[in-house]
Amino acid sequence: MSRADTAAYAGGPAAAGDPGVRRWFWTLGLFRSEVTTTFRRWRTLALLGVLAAVPVLVGIAVKIETGDGGSAGGGAGQGPAFIAQITNNGLFLVFTALAATLPFFLPMAVGVVAGDGIAGEASAGTLRYLLVAPAGRSRLLLAKYAATLAFCLVATLTVAVSALIVGALLFPLGELTTISGTRISLSEGLWRALLIALVVAASLIGLAALGLFVSTLTNSGIAAMATTVGLLIAVQILDTIPQLDALHPYLFSHHWLSFADLMREPVHWDDLLSNLRLQLIYAAVFGSAAWARFTAKDITA
Amino acid sequence: MSAGAGASPDAAPVIETRGLSKRYGGQLAVDRLDLSVPAGSVFGFLGPNGSGKTTTIRMLMGLIDPGAGTVRVLGHRMPDAARTVLPQVGALIEGPALYGHLSGRDNLVRYDSADPTADPRTRKARVAAALDRVGLTAAAGKRAKAYSLGMKQRLGLAAALLTPRRLLVLDEPTNGLDPQGMREIRTLVRELARDGTTVFLSSHLLDEIEQVCTHAAVMAKGRLVTQGPVEDLAATARGRLAVSTPDPGDAVRVLKENGVTGIAVESGDRVTGDPPPDGDLAELTAALVGAGVRVRGFGLERASLEDVFMQLTGEGFDVTG
Ligand SMILES: Nc1ncnc2c1ncn2[C@@H]1O[C@H](COP(=O)(O)OP(=O)(O)O)[C@@H](O)[C@H]1O
Ligand SMILES: [Mg+2]
Repeated sequence: MSRADTAAYAGGPAAAGDPGVRRWFWTLGLFRSEVTTTFRRWRTLALLGVLAAVPVLVGIAVKIETGDGGSAGGGAGQGPAFIAQITNNGLFLVFTALAATLPFFLPMAVGVVAGDGIAGEASAGTLRYLLVAPAGRSRLLLAKYAATLAFCLVATLTVAVSALIVGALLFPLGELTTISGTRISLSEGLWRALLIALVVAASLIGLAALGLFVSTLTNSGIAAMATTVGLLIAVQILDTIPQLDALHPYLFSHHWLSFADLMREPVHWDDLLSNLRLQLIYAAVFGSAAWARFTAKDITA
Repeated sequence: MSAGAGASPDAAPVIETRGLSKRYGGQLAVDRLDLSVPAGSVFGFLGPNGSGKTTTIRMLMGLIDPGAGTVRVLGHRMPDAARTVLPQVGALIEGPALYGHLSGRDNLVRYDSADPTADPRTRKARVAAALDRVGLTAAAGKRAKAYSLGMKQRLGLAAALLTPRRLLVLDEPTNGLDPQGMREIRTLVRELARDGTTVFLSSHLLDEIEQVCTHAAVMAKGRLVTQGPVEDLAATARGRLAVSTPDPGDAVRVLKENGVTGIAVESGDRVTGDPPPDGDLAELTAALVGAGVRVRGFGLERASLEDVFMQLTGEGFDVTG
């Protein structure tokens, strides 16, 4: 084989007439593999289980509290505004559940999955085998990020679908009243619910990038998860300190509850767009940082 | 052992390093390494624990950046050409690493999906063939965390065999295995070498290298001590004189008088020593017989790699590290 060897050095098997299109399609295989590996982890399923349980608890609590015909909540603010309407319309459980999980449960789950991304593979030692496969560092990082975003979407939809089912079982469904007081049909309401779920999922884009960056800094999956969740809590606390007003617009969680504006008639876009813009900036900044770090890193684990 | 057709000296080396170095903190883990692995060889990379074998292998595979020097694998510069080179290389680096929550089969599917040149249409068949090759077909559906160490090692090898490879890099593949497991791995290595795959095998076990390798390089404290065909290496070390006799006391005296050094009496009737550099062995036998020493056997034993190591580094080879 010596003669053929030297000739083949130039190309390798991949270069043997494979059209680029097919290579691109094959590259999706890594993303698919990433997604299935993530969702077959016991930890991922447990996180989704917790998220699915939140609407059940909220629904039952509201049902019990209003069992004697009274009305729950009724205070000012966005969350309670939704909660008060649940007894009239189960669809409001979707909005309530998303508002209840967005500050902590949802981003915590995303922080765990994102933080585990690279560091978890490093601590298991599987990272070196993915890289000699060769997954390619940029390609692997991209697949990790895409899979994390897929998890953001699935996690949000888990909350929404669980809330919709519980809401439909415990409460009536029908026409609903927007925050602005106008009435929309149930099908229009379902569309809004889906849109809101997508916006909530998109709110997690920035945190996902931050978590993945943290994940490239250490070889310990646990450390990366804990750091990301710690950062999440720190940012949430900073966002409540009035003296740090100037800082607030730059915190990734600052516009999170703007999704409620989708329930106005007409929709208030300002805050929604600020949120999306901020998420994209975080994704760009921390995505680049993660890339710079990961492509230059010595893989010693 | 035959080196195979590919080991001809004119073929380009499969691995070639020049001045390769890596520093961790203040300490040089690999120090100006010039390695040349001929195509078709089973190349033993021998050194005690901590001598820089794994660090070298990580640099070969583009996992860590060399502090200085160059690496060429299959004719290409690493790590720049990783995308071209690595699909043709199977590797086992510092023990297997698996997804415990996935079955053995799904672990292989995962690693195969990571290779952008691996055809997904043939994936199932290739995974099955790799499992079969290492004898894991029956356990393919079991979760990897339930595997024994030997099974994990074999699954790691299967991952290295998912596509036809031109080069296999195996870092201490028999580490932690029982004798039976070691034998299986060695048999597999010989089979692969027979098929024309170049095998680069690191080990801290001398007899392992002597048993399976055609070529070897010896490392000590990050430095290359020597490299070349195993027979040549052994030839550079002078063999040891061995005399089998029922009169060891007289034999020792006569040998000493004739310039033999480092004499030792082993198991009562065996006397060994280093022959004088310019002496004729025939003179020694004549002297022994002339002095009335009864000789059952007399000969020069081929030097082992251990002898080579001791002579080159002036220190023993600490197997346990
Ligand atoms: N990630 C690391 N950080 C610091 N020192 C390291 C690291 N990896 C290896 N070393 C050091 O480099 C030397 C060579 O190690 P290694 O290549 O693992 O040797 P071997 O594989 O021959 O046992 C050792 O002294 C080891 O302590
Ligand atoms: Mg080692």
